[in-house]
Amino acid sequence: MDNLAALMAGFAVALSPENLLLMVAGVVLGVIIGVLPGLGGANGVAILLPLTFSMSPVGAIIMLSCIYWGALFGGAITSILFNIPGEPWSVATTFDGYPMAQQGRAAEALTAAFTSSFVGALFAIVMITAIAPLVAEFALRFGPPEFFAVMFLAFASFVGMGRGSALKTVAAMMAGFLLACVGLDTVTGQLRLTFGSTELMRGFDFLVAVIGLFGISEILLSIEEGLSFRGAKARLGLGVVLRTWKELPRHWLISLRSCLIGCWMGVTPAGATPASFMSYGMARRLARDGAAFGTGRIEGVVAPETAAHAAGVSALLPMLTLGVPGSPTAAVLLSGLIMWGLQPGPMLFVEQADFVWGLIASMYLGNIVGLAVVIALVPWFAAILRIPFAIVAALILVACAIGAFTVNNAPFDVVVMLIFGVVGYVLKKLDYPLAPMVLALVLGNRTEQAFRQSLLLSGGSLGVFFGNWLVGPIMATGLVMLFWPLLARLGAAIRARV
Amino acid sequence: MEVAAAAAFAAIGVLAVADSLRGGIAWGMDGPQSGTFPFWIGCLLILSSLATLLRAALTPSRTLFASAAELRSVARILLPAAAFVAAIQAIGLYVPAAALIAWFMVRLGGHGPAVALASGVAAAALIFVAFERWFLVALPKGPIEAVFGY
Repeated sequence: MDNLAALMAGFAVALSPENLLLMVAGVVLGVIIGVLPGLGGANGVAILLPLTFSMSPVGAIIMLSCIYWGALFGGAITSILFNIPGEPWSVATTFDGYPMAQQGRAAEALTAAFTSSFVGALFAIVMITAIAPLVAEFALRFGPPEFFAVMFLAFASFVGMGRGSALKTVAAMMAGFLLACVGLDTVTGQLRLTFGSTELMRGFDFLVAVIGLFGISEILLSIEEGLSFRGAKARLGLGVVLRTWKELPRHWLISLRSCLIGCWMGVTPAGATPASFMSYGMARRLARDGAAFGTGRIEGVVAPETAAHAAGVSALLPMLTLGVPGSPTAAVLLSGLIMWGLQPGPMLFVEQADFVWGLIASMYLGNIVGLAVVIALVPWFAAILRIPFAIVAALILVACAIGAFTVNNAPFDVVVMLIFGVVGYVLKKLDYPLAPMVLALVLGNRTEQAFRQSLLLSGGSLGVFFGNWLVGPIMATGLVMLFWPLLARLGAAIRARV
Repeated sequence: MEVAAAAAFAAIGVLAVADSLRGGIAWGMDGPQSGTFPFWIGCLLILSSLATLLRAALTPSRTLFASAAELRSVARILLPAAAFVAAIQAIGLYVPAAALIAWFMVRLGGHGPAVALASGVAAAALIFVAFERWFLVALPKGPIEAVFGY
């Protein structure tokens, strides 16, 4: 009951006219970011983060999280109308969404996509409201070994659940950790990995890396693919919206399954992209006429959109309660918390209850606002893609440069951003996953700190990570996750032998 | 390319290990010395990238990293972007931004030079008003802005 009262207080915070305005502004900006290829949730929020320094933390997080919701909504628009996924998590939406648009059912597909996004998000928010305080209370008992174990588990799940080469995941992650080490060692005051350069003394800023890795590299990839926008017309009449809404409850089972997949993949840091693919795959395999998928089935839009949005929202649960973000965008929001002087982790629920519940309440409202905005303004958002790519690319480059500069007011950071952009382009082409690298970069220092403090407690023995009933199981789960690719292969080999 | 990337990762690992040895990887007066953590991370990086490298070297892939045409179109974005970034270091952000927008419009968009230049200047002016006036964020400025008194 305490939670409900706290949530109501949160609504009172979020419903102030100023915050509502920020919400609408955030959602509109977010949809634009989601529609434009090359600007995504993570780097869009990273670019705008420095502009929020002068705002109150609550207003700032409301606006930035609404940008995130907007980006989640916006990715679907271009997938369905143009067959160009604006965001990686809407790739699966193109499979059935674009055929629907070609058959002249674009409005139906868009309504289905937006509504299922909303349902997925709502499910995840309700879950966060219900269990976040419990997780935070539980986590208050955590010491350094437990925190290290949780981070270990988070990183191990990348290896265990990632598609593609586990070795590449490990390499990308370790590179992220090393980048985090560059600069002043906060414990001993020694300089590490700077090789005498004064510019490197500050270390690599996580936001600059995100802008380069996700922003610049995306533009390079888009131009390489040679963009041509030939799309269906977008117009959403109220009649179609209502008709589709009447039809959607029939797919409640797919919807529920997708919600669960999304929440699970969002809390363990697998993220929205694999969640949408997995949910689409499940829907196809379990459908009676699975072969008809890909020809314009409405279920093929419902499943990935629900899961992607559920995953995107539930990625905030571990960020708020444990200080371990579940996705790159959540990581950007986390570094925002630190900049506004808030210490992420379980204490946030005790010390900054206003902030936390204001944010949670704004998630409910933000998604309602988001649904209304996208349904009302779809044609305008689709028109953005008629702007020639030459202009869009130049504007995005300038925006990235401004974003990278304003993080620390350092012109050198713009150079770093460009280098990260080229690195990101090459790594993406070679199928190195970028998300673990980015999370390692943002969590590197805290992981190392937890590791060192644990070793100090134990006098240098690694046994501390299996020392009690709390840390042992977390570490064990992490180890299983870490060696999952090997275990799975071993299991397959044994089964083949038998 | 696969081999080169893996080799580059391994090289970063070696660098990290070398620098960590300087910082000390043993148990110091006050707990683990500052090189300990990066040392082991570096070792893991070397191991994982060497394994990737071996696998890539042993199984030659037939997929091309990028065709010449693709690389050319990437270069058409990347080279102006590099010039833009370099120019920011020297003469501030606004003039290079206007130039970059104009350049892209002429070379990639096929617009006339006059239209492109006007758009570039207009965009730079808009950025100026938005950041210096509304958000009160100072962006890098050079001699040309100084003429206008900033």
